Amino acid sequence: MSASEFLEICVLISLALLVLSFALITIRIVRGPTFADRVLALDMLVSTGIGFIAVIGVKTGFYLYIDIAIALGLVGFLATVAFARFVMHCGDVLGGESAMCYGSDSEKQR
Amino acid sequence: MSGFLDVLVGVMIVIGSLFAVVASVGLLRFPDLYTRMHAASKAGTLGSGLMLLALALEAPHLDIFTRAVAGVVFFLLTAPVSAHLLARAAYLTGVKPVPETEPDDYSRAIGVTRSDPEGER
Repeated sequence: MSASEFLEICVLISLALLVLSFALITIRIVRGPTFADRVLALDMLVSTGIGFIAVIGVKTGFYLYIDIAIALGLVGFLATVAFARFVMHCGDVLGGESAMCYGSDSEKQR
Repeated sequence: MSGFLDVLVGVMIVIGSLFAVVASVGLLRFPDLYTRMHAASKAGTLGSGLMLLALALEAPHLDIFTRAVAGVVFFLLTAPVSAHLLARAAYLTGVKPVPETEPDDYSRAIGVTRSDPEGER
């Protein structure tokens, strides 16, 4: 078995493992008890997606995928920060106290 | 030399995806938000960083290598920041850790009383 065949087999194994990882993270998003659990699972989903893009870049040889991975990481970081501020202001959205998030007094606890 | 590089890239990709799977299993099976955050922000970042480093090793040009390494450094810098922000926001809005989290120093630091306030030191 030559080295390039070994690399092909490794890419296939890695893609299968990443699909399994996507499935497990999606289960956590669906049945996260709190809103923060879902935000954490979405952050993990973005991180795994970056790894998936890197593996696709190794498989196809299109190195433009690195720029997409960097941009996705930036967007994921900003989304997590924005969700964290949302949790900070509004608490657990499913916990029933989300009414004050959309009112006019959401700035008073800042 | 190219054959050795191919083998190294393959091994790094498989190890990185194994880290991703371990992180997602931990995300699914750990009992509360803060222990899940351990799995997601350590093992997940390490997995995707390893896969990006493998892509950097396989790249034929220096600019692609530099961009991939810059991406890894960016993830290593931003993952603790976002995890810290999310953990702090969740704690301050009342997401409780499991009762086995024995010395809960942050609850005394912010003046929140938990269900067992008799924590020693």
